[in-house]
Amino acid sequence: MKSYLELRDIIDKKDRGLRDKVVSLAEAVALIENGDTIASGGCHYSRTPMAAVWEMIRQKKKDLTYCRSITSTEGDLLLVAGAVKHVVTSWFSPGVTWGVSAVMRHYMEKKLAVFEEWSHMTLGLRFRAGGMGIPFIPARSMMGSDLIPCLPGLKEIDCPYTGEKLVLVPALNPDVAILHTQRCDPYGNVQSDGLPFMDQDIAMAANKVIVTTERIISNEQVRRQPDQTKIPFFCVDAVVEVPYGCMPHELYGEYEPDFASMDAYVKLMMSKGPDGVREYLDKYVYAPASWNDYLALNGFKNILQATIRGRGIYND
Amino acid sequence: MTKPNYNTAEMVCIMSARFLEDGKIVFGGAGMPLVSCILAQKLHAPRLTILFEGGVIGPHIEVGKMPPSTNEQRAARRANMLLSITDILLLQQRGYVDYGFLGGAQIDMYGNLNSSFIGDPAKPKVRLPGTGGANDIASLASKILVAMHHEKKRFVEKVDFITTPGYLQGGDTRKKAGLVVGGTYKVITHLGIFGFDEQSKKMRLETLHPGVTVEEVRERTGFELLIPDQISYTKAPTDEELRILRELDPDQRYTKPKEE
Repeated sequence: MKSYLELRDIIDKKDRGLRDKVVSLAEAVALIENGDTIASGGCHYSRTPMAAVWEMIRQKKKDLTYCRSITSTEGDLLLVAGAVKHVVTSWFSPGVTWGVSAVMRHYMEKKLAVFEEWSHMTLGLRFRAGGMGIPFIPARSMMGSDLIPCLPGLKEIDCPYTGEKLVLVPALNPDVAILHTQRCDPYGNVQSDGLPFMDQDIAMAANKVIVTTERIISNEQVRRQPDQTKIPFFCVDAVVEVPYGCMPHELYGEYEPDFASMDAYVKLMMSKGPDGVREYLDKYVYAPASWNDYLALNGFKNILQATIRGRGIYND
Repeated sequence: MTKPNYNTAEMVCIMSARFLEDGKIVFGGAGMPLVSCILAQKLHAPRLTILFEGGVIGPHIEVGKMPPSTNEQRAARRANMLLSITDILLLQQRGYVDYGFLGGAQIDMYGNLNSSFIGDPAKPKVRLPGTGGANDIASLASKILVAMHHEKKRFVEKVDFITTPGYLQGGDTRKKAGLVVGGTYKVITHLGIFGFDEQSKKMRLETLHPGVTVEEVRERTGFELLIPDQISYTKAPTDEELRILRELDPDQRYTKPKEE
């Protein structure tokens, strides 16, 4: 864990001026170093920065700690690819209707990776404390449960004001945040619609922020609706335009999950475990020349169906 | 006795809905709990507000279009407000949330739930997906409803892991641990409705569903239940309750009878 002064020093050394940060997906993901702690935006199969995860696997990243509010299929991919050995999350499986991930079970039951389980709120408070520049936030959750003994070093105190028992949730300042959004300008002003999840806190907490976006819009367009900007440009280090950057997961107002591709993946993963995911990685992650080629593999009809449903949120 | 005109899952769903009062705020999970919440809105609680962990306040859920999870855009449709996960869960810590609605792989005599490990957590037989927001809800909401199918392997003397706190080791252990409010209020199963003794915090039979015997409940419970001297019975689902429930879940996606 970095000290407060070290964390400030990282911010201090950033070029925080308005500057163009648009890069390729490969260049953005190259900001991630082996061994880094990564926080991923969205939750479950929504707003997942899937293109960044996909590129992390292609670049053969190693020994990453992966932190996410709820981890879905992207967690399977990262484990089997060997990119991640430590997952910090509150829940880990593809989705309620798809059952318990056979890959998560394999890695955790055989102790090939660590599942560091936090309650959903306390994990969120860890990012918030990180974003606030304070070492911890007191909370009234998790106490008395068996989650606390599994988190070595987690402290409980008697409140100095009231004497009440509280748990002190430590700040989490990830090395790199990976976030996906609907719109962002070249400077990194992130505008988002729909469910915000933990993205804003993650961006404030992280030392580096990679934003993938459905569209890059102009700074003039951002300034017409500054209330829609959720993350300020000076937090952001790289901006990448990646249409359908969450696929096969969903992005509010743009597309619902590609259920056909999700069903096919889950069937393969549940029936063959890690070997099934290796097959998937070969075909869908390593083989395609580009993200657009990956999308093409998922099929135009499936993506169109997901898009029609996704846009439907705006229908009366 | 004649065969009832409802299945076990419908019974659990309807009995749970009866506990949700008008004008209150409930944290609704995906699946059956959500069906119960909407059923309550349509029956007796039109001003019941549903919250979802994904960050949704008061969504409008269309009949037949139940969202499969609560963290996705379908769950956000025509909501009053969308906010971050951390903030929606914090509403409970402030005291705005009346009911939490939970399930789990195991429950014990003190209403503790496990959704993390089956077997010894150090060498688990099964690693389950984990708590999600369940631990926060059970720590912070005013009253916790637990809806479960009643099976011996799920109603255990001691859960393998306390993911989600009920009354911990009973008595005042919950308060002493720092959880000053809440606790498991009712456990609703396909056999009956259960509460907790005020002092010992042990699970106690409140009402048996029609046609169920005490012996049947004992056989399917892995610990010693408190049984009152005078047995009361749950009022059977009404035709109106069943009619509205079946409109909400026409294909029985969430109220399919549990196979034994």
